[in-house]
Amino acid sequence: MQFMLLFSRQGKLRLQKWYVPLSDKEKKKITRELVQTVLARKPKMCSFLEWRDLKIVYKRYASLYFCCAIEDQDNELITLEIIHRYVELLDKYFGSVCELDIIFNFEKAYFILDEFLLGGEVQETSKKNVLKAIEQADLLQEKTETMYHSRSFIGCKKAY
Amino acid sequence: MVPVPGRLKRSQTSQLKGYLFISVLVNSNSELIRLINNAIKNDLASRNPTFMGLALHCIANVGSREMAEAFAGEIPKILVAGDTMDSVKQSAALCLLRLYRTSPDLVPMGDWTSRVVHLLNDQHLGVVTAATSLISTLAQKNPEEFKTSVSLAASRLSRIVTSASTDLQDYTYYFVPAPWLSVKLLRLLQCYPPPDPAVRGRLTECLETVLNKAQEPPKSKKVQHSNAKNAVLFEAISLIIHHDSEPNLLVRACNQLGQFLQHRETNLRYLALESMCTLASSEFSHEAVKTHIETVINALKTERDVSVRQRAVDLLYAMCDRSNAQQIVAEMLSYLETADYSIREEIVLKVAILAEKYAVDYTWYVDTILNLIRIAGDYVSEEVWYRVIQIVINRDDVQGYAAKTVFEALQAPACHENLVKVGGYILGEFGNLIAGDPRSSPLIQFNLLHSKFHLCSVATRALLLSTYIKFINLFPETKATIQGVLRAGSQLRNADVELQQRAVEYLRLSTVASTDILATVLEEMPPFPERESSILAKLKKKKGPNTVTDLEEAKRERSADVNGGPEPAPASAVSTPSPSADLLGLGAAPPAPAGPPPSSGGLLVDVFSDSPSAVAPLAPGSEDNFARFVCKNNGVLFENQLLQIGLKSEFRQNLGRMFIFYGNKTSTQFLSFTPTLICSDDLQPNLSLQTKPVDPTVDGGAQVQQVVNIECVSDFTEAPVLNIQFRYGGTFQNVSVKLPITLNKFFQPTEMASQDFFQRWKQLSSPQQEVQNIFKAKHPMDTEITKAKIIGFGSALLEDVDPNPANFVGAGIIHTRTTQIGCLLRLEPNLQAQMYRLTLRTSKEAVSRRLCALLSEQF
Repeated sequence: MQFMLLFSRQGKLRLQKWYVPLSDKEKKKITRELVQTVLARKPKMCSFLEWRDLKIVYKRYASLYFCCAIEDQDNELITLEIIHRYVELLDKYFGSVCELDIIFNFEKAYFILDEFLLGGEVQETSKKNVLKAIEQADLLQEKTETMYHSRSFIGCKKAY
Repeated sequence: MVPVPGRLKRSQTSQLKGYLFISVLVNSNSELIRLINNAIKNDLASRNPTFMGLALHCIANVGSREMAEAFAGEIPKILVAGDTMDSVKQSAALCLLRLYRTSPDLVPMGDWTSRVVHLLNDQHLGVVTAATSLISTLAQKNPEEFKTSVSLAASRLSRIVTSASTDLQDYTYYFVPAPWLSVKLLRLLQCYPPPDPAVRGRLTECLETVLNKAQEPPKSKKVQHSNAKNAVLFEAISLIIHHDSEPNLLVRACNQLGQFLQHRETNLRYLALESMCTLASSEFSHEAVKTHIETVINALKTERDVSVRQRAVDLLYAMCDRSNAQQIVAEMLSYLETADYSIREEIVLKVAILAEKYAVDYTWYVDTILNLIRIAGDYVSEEVWYRVIQIVINRDDVQGYAAKTVFEALQAPACHENLVKVGGYILGEFGNLIAGDPRSSPLIQFNLLHSKFHLCSVATRALLLSTYIKFINLFPETKATIQGVLRAGSQLRNADVELQQRAVEYLRLSTVASTDILATVLEEMPPFPERESSILAKLKKKKGPNTVTDLEEAKRERSADVNGGPEPAPASAVSTPSPSADLLGLGAAPPAPAGPPPSSGGLLVDVFSDSPSAVAPLAPGSEDNFARFVCKNNGVLFENQLLQIGLKSEFRQNLGRMFIFYGNKTSTQFLSFTPTLICSDDLQPNLSLQTKPVDPTVDGGAQVQQVVNIECVSDFTEAPVLNIQFRYGGTFQNVSVKLPITLNKFFQPTEMASQDFFQRWKQLSSPQQEVQNIFKAKHPMDTEITKAKIIGFGSALLEDVDPNPANFVGAGIIHTRTTQIGCLLRLEPNLQAQMYRLTLRTSKEAVSRRLCALLSEQF
């Protein structure tokens, strides 16, 4: 997989994960073009399209579009299921996930994605194992929070 | 910034935050990177799985070259160590994959590779999944190292596919066992050719099981179940197509896809069309694919999704052969009328290719192309109409028909400019074939064309002017009318230089030349030589490495008798040594008294052709330049108004390296710049030249460099020829020069005393070994210059050897791969007569002769 983008129906980018090195300018350009192209698609159209020299696989869940770019020889249907599996993981973790959850806990969304995909490839396909790993990380975080008696700065972009 | 790595050690959360920060925001800041790398190194060595995991994630997310340098050695060890935890192994595998993708040279193969292959047997399916991805990518560059993975992958796949849904527990996804892993294993198997029979049997069984399962009723109504199941199915079909060796599997796959063609779900229809394209090229299943033609045509007409329609077009193109060509072309043409603008050009190219390939009756071909121009004229690129003209010229039987059809088409009130171009050209050449009919008399033809004249672009008008002069030749009765047109102020004083020049010159020609000369000058165009269709090349360029067009090639190779063989080609050599191409070259055979080399159709030759056209005769002055380079290695080899070629070479023993510098002297880009080294059949075995291709685009004012590695295998006499072809503006340039790689370049000087010299001289006394030449001096006989030349030639200049101090004596060894040949030379000047006597003695006659000839030219 080359990259994955999550964006709302208004075209606002909620999450972006790039598995190929690209400059910021290029990323912005690609995002802009792709968002336009996907939003222009009608509901009954198929989930795959060819764009530049990549294949784009996308699916809409409620108000969010999940969009993945894969290479020519990759399997489209399985990518569709990767998207679905990711949504399932988010759902299990957040309990009935909605767009707001992703907006306010974007770093958790990234962590879950990292446990599931690494370097653009599926890492762990067992839902249980992925969620277990996230749980462990969370436990440790809570421990440190209680030790320091303060809420950690997760969620605050200006921490650094 | 600096405190961040320090924080990385403090706590889990800071660590997480730290890594997140790094992976999202840091690009390449060397100070920070060093510190980060240190922190990561510590984490990797820590043996704590959480820390190791985080560190690996960070490396995989950033994946920069610096990280690769730092960690590419460590990670394989972590991957194969026995005590590494499973989760860490997974991360390590994918991290290594990421590093390999960005910096493949930093990940060396080692004995860890065989252990990675064994990970395929691991209990933990997550590890197997990660390992499979890693092996698939590595195996593409190092197939030998990972050969053993094939049988392991096949047996693993078997086990998964035949497992009951409860076996794999959490790895079962909506009742489909380990779909991701299955897909990955199938991908891995596609990196290798079909395995040997033992494994193959197992694999075939496994694939059949997958195909069978697709026919069973679904275990769940959810779309996820069917998607996962079908994902495995499609990948299995890809593998079957890749192997291309089991006919029954291929046919079954084809039938399965045929079912999907009419499935309710658009996704499946799309994928089925796509997969069938690849199937269509396999000879086993080609016929099976063709049976679905009606379904595909229906899809083309009724699908609402444009991307699905596009796939349908691709499939029609792939499944086209002689039996259904007419039907398919007709369907594609009718689709073209309503097609999306973005894909029109591609469809035009495809229709043109198909029409040409499968034309049995060329009148059909002409009709199709004219229809193309009518429907989508804007998207008919130049290659297409060049091609139709080439074909019409090459085939006598269709010329009359073409003239008639074009004439009729031009009568439409609004016709596309491309049609005017084609029509203009064809009527110019073959208008006489329909001139007998009163409805298409010469004057009517002329008026028809001229009515469109003012609507056309400059290029078209230029073409029409040429047609007019051809008309003057063909139909003398129109001479007055046409001359009137040419004489008009709008032509003779036209702002565009090309038009003005043509008008003036054609007017003069028609006034001055007698009918015979006119007829010779404007003789009918000779047939074009057969070359690879440039349309195909253009399509390939457009589609990139698309499988459909590549299969075309494969198909062409298999069905060799497609078009009734190439035409006889007595065409004249293509050469336009100067940019101001011979105007009359458009229609002319060479006029009898003229000296310059014949040139055929500057504009209309298949200029986009990939394969080299006939090599231009050697550029004037080539011999002198060549001679200049015998005794020196650097300098300018060739120069004209557009291009400068410089050389810099160095030689050692029997090897040499030559840098050729091509300088673009103009401000316009050169396109399709192709230098080729040509060695004649005699030269080929004796001189080995190796070079890499040069960037085909040379910017204005830029210089590109080409390195040639030279090896002298054995002694040789001829010189290789460097042929350069490129496009400058609208013209086609073709230049040839002799490349000064001569035998004396491999000459190594040998110092020796007088006695040794004469001893050897006596040894080489047989008549074959000595070659003598007495010649007049071409240059002033200056001693110092002569000495310098001999040294430049490669020989050692021996002092105090010859009793006559005015004579020059030299010795050296010619190095070839096979042998070394000792050479002795003696140059005796005669100042009064301004002549020289040169004696060469070597152990090989051919060498003596060649060296003597080379050296004689220098003085």
